[in-house]
Amino acid sequence: MADNQEIVLDVQNLTVQYVLEDETVEAVNDISLQVSKGTTLGLVGETGAGKTTTALAILRLVPDPPGVIKSGSIRVGDIDILSLTKHQLEKIRGKDVSMIFQDPMTSLNPVFTVGEQIAESVLLHERVSRTEAYEKAKELLEMVGIPKFRSVEYPHQFSGGMKQRVVIAIALACNPKFLIADEPTTALDVTIQAQVLELMKNLKQKYGTAMILITHDLGIVADICDEVAVMYAGRIVEKGTLEEVFNHTRHPYTEGLFNSLPNIHRRHEDLMPIPGLMPDPTALPEGCSFAPRCSYATAACRERQPYPRSVSLTHTVRCTAYDDPNFMIRRGRHG
Amino acid sequence: MDDIILEVRNLKKYFKTPRGKLHAVDNVNFSVVRGKTLGIVGESGCGKTTTGRCLLRLVEPTSGEIIFEGTDIRKLGRWEMRKKLREMQIIFQDPFSSLDPRKTVLQTIQEPIIANRLIRGKAAIENRVLELMETVGLAERLINTYPHELDGGRRQRIGIARAIAINPKFIVCDEPISALDVSIQAQILNLLKNLQRKMELTYIFITHDLSVVNYFSDEVAVMYLGQIVEKAPTEELFANPLHPYTKALLSAIPLPEIGSRRGRVILKGEIASPIDPPDACRFAKRCECAVGMCTEKAPQLREVKPGHTVACHLV
Repeated sequence: MADNQEIVLDVQNLTVQYVLEDETVEAVNDISLQVSKGTTLGLVGETGAGKTTTALAILRLVPDPPGVIKSGSIRVGDIDILSLTKHQLEKIRGKDVSMIFQDPMTSLNPVFTVGEQIAESVLLHERVSRTEAYEKAKELLEMVGIPKFRSVEYPHQFSGGMKQRVVIAIALACNPKFLIADEPTTALDVTIQAQVLELMKNLKQKYGTAMILITHDLGIVADICDEVAVMYAGRIVEKGTLEEVFNHTRHPYTEGLFNSLPNIHRRHEDLMPIPGLMPDPTALPEGCSFAPRCSYATAACRERQPYPRSVSLTHTVRCTAYDDPNFMIRRGRHG
Repeated sequence: MDDIILEVRNLKKYFKTPRGKLHAVDNVNFSVVRGKTLGIVGESGCGKTTTGRCLLRLVEPTSGEIIFEGTDIRKLGRWEMRKKLREMQIIFQDPFSSLDPRKTVLQTIQEPIIANRLIRGKAAIENRVLELMETVGLAERLINTYPHELDGGRRQRIGIARAIAINPKFIVCDEPISALDVSIQAQILNLLKNLQRKMELTYIFITHDLSVVNYFSDEVAVMYLGQIVEKAPTEELFANPLHPYTKALLSAIPLPEIGSRRGRVILKGEIASPIDPPDACRFAKRCECAVGMCTEKAPQLREVKPGHTVACHLV
């Protein structure tokens, strides 16, 4: 991550809440992140960590009500997303910023052919005729590895992996500067997942699209991301380059995630799961939200919210335990 | 001599469809050693779940023998089968749909105990349920909660408590962790391992996740389109995969390490239709090494090393 690179997405201090009648869900709390041209940021975390809400907020798709973007700023290139009107937003979605959703089975319209669905996106954003848009759609299909003649078929005629390719073709139809992929391969089989990941890697190289990849799979992150942000209970607890987060892990939660995974090289080692559960986002603990599950937690951790602390220019960690200059997590000691 | 608890011979399950016979499980043979775990891996549609269900006759097999402790359970009558099922249990994949939403934790777990008349008397049954809840790591205070109040990990623990409630010898675990978060997955895997040690359970562990099977099983069978294409002790299979499909499957696992992308084989195309498949290698169309023979004749499983069998003409 070089500083001289063009920053495509800049999110500062974003806070998103779902305000319900008798409680408030603190889904995303004061997160900041940046993505430069041609890089992929992996946003990692478990169910309910706030990954998807963050992504939806970037496109202003958080359902409102009950979702409220409380504070913060989101800039894509030089556009300030939070100040746009509804009409302006529609022009940007799909053109400057695109999104690939998790479930390809439900994100396509069953009553239109895939060709029509891709062409629709082209027609909306570019000054082209219907025939030209359809031609473009066929090219896009070819690009994601589906033969042109299948453009007249309906989604139900495609398998899961093929549908996800169609969704990717739609997302890329207008050459977006910035792409959000929300668990793009979770619904797919491993061998098909490998195909789709390969495709996304090639497209990134070819077009230099900046991307946020949301996933819970650290294996996928190692495969295609350049930078990683680990989310827990609505906060980014650790952020850095792939190398920093994987090989010089600092946060106890990140360590816990790695320890929960069966290691293919050391099969007789016992798994060390993180005890307990993620806190209820309507009643987050006062101090560090991870403290109740953390084996390193001290009294100080339970009292105050940790602040982001820089380890290097690119690596930050939110953990109070580092107040002690000699503190080190176990993974750090032998890694 | 190994103590074989379950042996499956020529198991077949065909489903009738308007377009022909769907060969969900096609001539599957394996055996499981008492107290060990056999992992069955494969992608969606390969027949692994149907195989698991056939073993308990939850789906009636089309043909074949299922020999559990010396008895072919396919020959048992209804009543005898019910008795047999005290020894054979299953844990389902989706803890969100496999529990009755209108039953509390107590009602769900006590059901098999009452149905099999293992313990009588309300207080005694409740004590047993509390004991089971402790074994699987559910807090006592949850005894009167309903499934919708609980998260996936806890629901899966209920499923496990229910399966072990009647002290079975053998459990089919059908993707027991794939609906759960990583940190919770590890909790459940450890629980299943501890139970195996404590209760001397035999498992069949069905999953699509190869790193999990590597951690959990003693032996692995890889399925493709209704057939076992390779079977070997876990260490042998991961160190020395022979079938091209196993190789591709192994190389497709994204590992959580930097630079782990060693010579990835990316398969072309997708799984073929299981409806009236031709007499040929079912993997041939996606196989890099396929030769003429592969599309002409179906390969048979052969033992290439002690305990390592593979179905491929080219090995």
